[in-house]
Amino acid sequence: MDLRFGDSKPTDEERAAIDTLLGPPESSWEGADRSDADLRWARGGREARERRDLLLPGLHAVNDRIGWISEGALDYLCRRLTVPPAEAYGVATFYAMFSVKPRPATVLHVCTDLACAAAGASELCAGVEARLGLGSGVSVERSPCLGLCERAPAALAVKAGDPVRTAVSAPATVERAVLAASSPDSAPEEPPAALAVPQAGRAGHEELVLLSRVGVVDPASLDDYRAHGGYTALRQAFAIGPAGVIREVTDAGLVGRGGAAFPTGRKWQATASQPDHPHYLVCNADESEPGTFKDRVVMEGDPYSLVESMTIAGYAVGAHKGYLYLRGEYPRALERMEHAIGQARARGLLGDDVLGQGYAFDIEIRRGAGAYICGEETALFNSIEGYRGEPRSKPPFPVEKGLFGKPTAENNVETLVNVLPILTMGAQAYAAIGTGKSTGPKLFCVSGSVDRPGIYELPFGATLGELLDLAGVRKRLRAVLLGGAAGGFVRPDELDIPLTFEGTREAGTTLGSGVVLAFDDTVPLPRLLLRIAEFFRDESCGQCVPCRVGTVRQEEALHRIVDRTGAAAASDIALLREVGRAMKDASICGLGQTAWNAVESAIDRLGAYE
Amino acid sequence: MTLIPLGIPRRLLEFTIDGEPVRAPEGSTILDACRSVGKDVPTLCQGDTLTPKNACRVCVVEVEGARTLVPACSRKAEAGMQVQTDTERARHSRKIVLELLASSVDLSTTPEVAGWLKEYEAKPDRFGPDAARLNEEPKVDNDLYVRDYDKCILCYKCVDACGDQWQNTFAISVVGRGFDARIAVEHDAPLTDSACVYCGNCIEVCPTGALSFKSEFDMRAAGTWDEPAQTETTTVCAYCGVGCNLTLHVQDNEIVKVTSPHDNPVTHGNLCIKGRFGYQHVQNRD
Repeated sequence: MDLRFGDSKPTDEERAAIDTLLGPPESSWEGADRSDADLRWARGGREARERRDLLLPGLHAVNDRIGWISEGALDYLCRRLTVPPAEAYGVATFYAMFSVKPRPATVLHVCTDLACAAAGASELCAGVEARLGLGSGVSVERSPCLGLCERAPAALAVKAGDPVRTAVSAPATVERAVLAASSPDSAPEEPPAALAVPQAGRAGHEELVLLSRVGVVDPASLDDYRAHGGYTALRQAFAIGPAGVIREVTDAGLVGRGGAAFPTGRKWQATASQPDHPHYLVCNADESEPGTFKDRVVMEGDPYSLVESMTIAGYAVGAHKGYLYLRGEYPRALERMEHAIGQARARGLLGDDVLGQGYAFDIEIRRGAGAYICGEETALFNSIEGYRGEPRSKPPFPVEKGLFGKPTAENNVETLVNVLPILTMGAQAYAAIGTGKSTGPKLFCVSGSVDRPGIYELPFGATLGELLDLAGVRKRLRAVLLGGAAGGFVRPDELDIPLTFEGTREAGTTLGSGVVLAFDDTVPLPRLLLRIAEFFRDESCGQCVPCRVGTVRQEEALHRIVDRTGAAAASDIALLREVGRAMKDASICGLGQTAWNAVESAIDRLGAYE
Repeated sequence: MTLIPLGIPRRLLEFTIDGEPVRAPEGSTILDACRSVGKDVPTLCQGDTLTPKNACRVCVVEVEGARTLVPACSRKAEAGMQVQTDTERARHSRKIVLELLASSVDLSTTPEVAGWLKEYEAKPDRFGPDAARLNEEPKVDNDLYVRDYDKCILCYKCVDACGDQWQNTFAISVVGRGFDARIAVEHDAPLTDSACVYCGNCIEVCPTGALSFKSEFDMRAAGTWDEPAQTETTTVCAYCGVGCNLTLHVQDNEIVKVTSPHDNPVTHGNLCIKGRFGYQHVQNRD
């Protein structure tokens, strides 16, 4: 590839950040100073191009060290990986957490999404912005959901350096958020993950299946994990073989928990039977749906369970490499997962010979960088591969052509950890939990107007009312948002909806990823809908017209009618319906197809503008 | 002797379009099949020399059993498929897509779009006077061609033509996200600071006139561009031994732009800077 690079040079700091990730360059063909030997032969091309997937980690390395990505740094990274600078620039500008313009080393992300907005995020934002103006050394950025809804309002400070430092402030006050941003090292420690599980330590906790270890085991200790039943499922998997695992998972009736509810056994079977090799396993931990934080709590509270279940899934589908695509805004989950994977590797539970069974499997973590769309499976593949995180058109489906064009099984964190009880309890016992069509336990992310927000584990089939009672729903409930921004609203008189895939479908709504956001009547609905529309406008990748322009037109119309009702809003509501229908029908991926769902349900079910 | 490659015989798939049985060779798209039976489906981002990107969604059709509409340009035909090209649902999406584009992008030089807007009764004005537009100024930073991104529908064709589908220069990319996404070179620099080799193959595939010859841009600005008065002559480029076909567009005895036939089995409409822009010597009459 004959690439043209600019003349800008990286600073020593930028060069060091990239070289730490990639190792020093071997020749001028890779970005080192030119020597006589370089003029005699050219090398690097194909080899370097095969490392294209290190582009995103490389951008992270620079952004983590410096706080932004300069022309010189981007050019140097491109030389190292033989990536065209224009493409790398396209990738760098795709992600919200990167900046290609100079900015202060510290960035304070203040969440302005649904749960936080209801908990006073706009006052927090205004207060923080007033305190941290120009010259404060902190750049304040309004952020989509940070996945800390149980402790709303939330803020995340990221201070670039070596190493990068982060601090979470939640529930945040102006004082605490400013402290976190100005000195992340001295900010108070985050509360343990178990605090996000109100059921932990209470009566009935032993009966929990997925959350039984959260708050009980030391998330750093592999021994503790094994003492609490860890790695029995993997042993069982080796005993019954890959086909046996797939059979158990199929018989258990496990379906994907990310929102699409696709049968996991079928996905694994389809991947395992592909003749093309290698096969890949990808765990989607890019949990970005506003109101969702279950995967974070699992990874922070019980990280080894994800390592074990990824190993089992990899074994079942015939993969030797698993990628964990972790949300960029989850510093503690990253740290815990890195530690857990390192420990497992050191103890022979990952690596060339897992548990001495002759099966090789390893996990690599890839960090997202602030793009909701990368939770879409094919966009996630593009993101890992070092391209813009835009969804691919299907077919071909990932089981046939997924990551690096190879057969890939992609599963959500919650889906994967369900595999452990399936193997330890047996498919039949597992399938006995829940209802006939929705089997097993389900995690729900409850936040908003409740006394005990957090992650709740209930068998499928519990009603919305039961869940809200458990969480201590407050009085004057006005609406409940099921499934997050891509989900739908239900009324307070619909609390008998059974929380199953078929039950919510029958009721004309969706379970989505398990978000249950309660709003009381003090929250102005039109503002909430406007925020949802803003979210989709910001997060649309821009690839297809219905979503790229449709989300903008949706936001404009909602803006016009934010203070209107009845006949004054009617023409814009008709417009919204028409645009929404086209977005649902003609968008490439689920983002555009669901961008109108919540607004539609608010108009039709809640009568938001009547 | 001219050899015409016939390829491996392909199986014929039988399916229906608008209730009528059609047969199409395996591997062809719904759009290919539609066109082979004389049905027109509007397309914008589809290019005859490029892999379909299916980004514009104006070609959506209804397929029995599919949850959403499918893009005719990229979806492969399958045996037994029941395709409906003109249902109310498909027409609705096409209409909205045209309205969304026409309300945000300058489509004044996009061929055929005026007819489609009329056919689908699209009313781009109904999004109000404050509807966000691209609001881009033409980028005139070299003597050969102009990038007027106010006319860009982000079809990705120029990026694909510049990248690994044809030119392998990789000078441009989609930059930014969502409504703010634009086509740009690295660091939003002028073209002259980029990897561009001025082959003009991006202009060849641009469906909206966002990319145009400087000569065309200037004549349009001066009001002297007169397409019906132009003649097109296909000849052979005299610069090197490859012998690419050039189609010279001539107005008032002056070459005003150069294209290349897409059905040329060697070059598929691609040229280099010399064939595309190096025609001035023809016009030196001294």
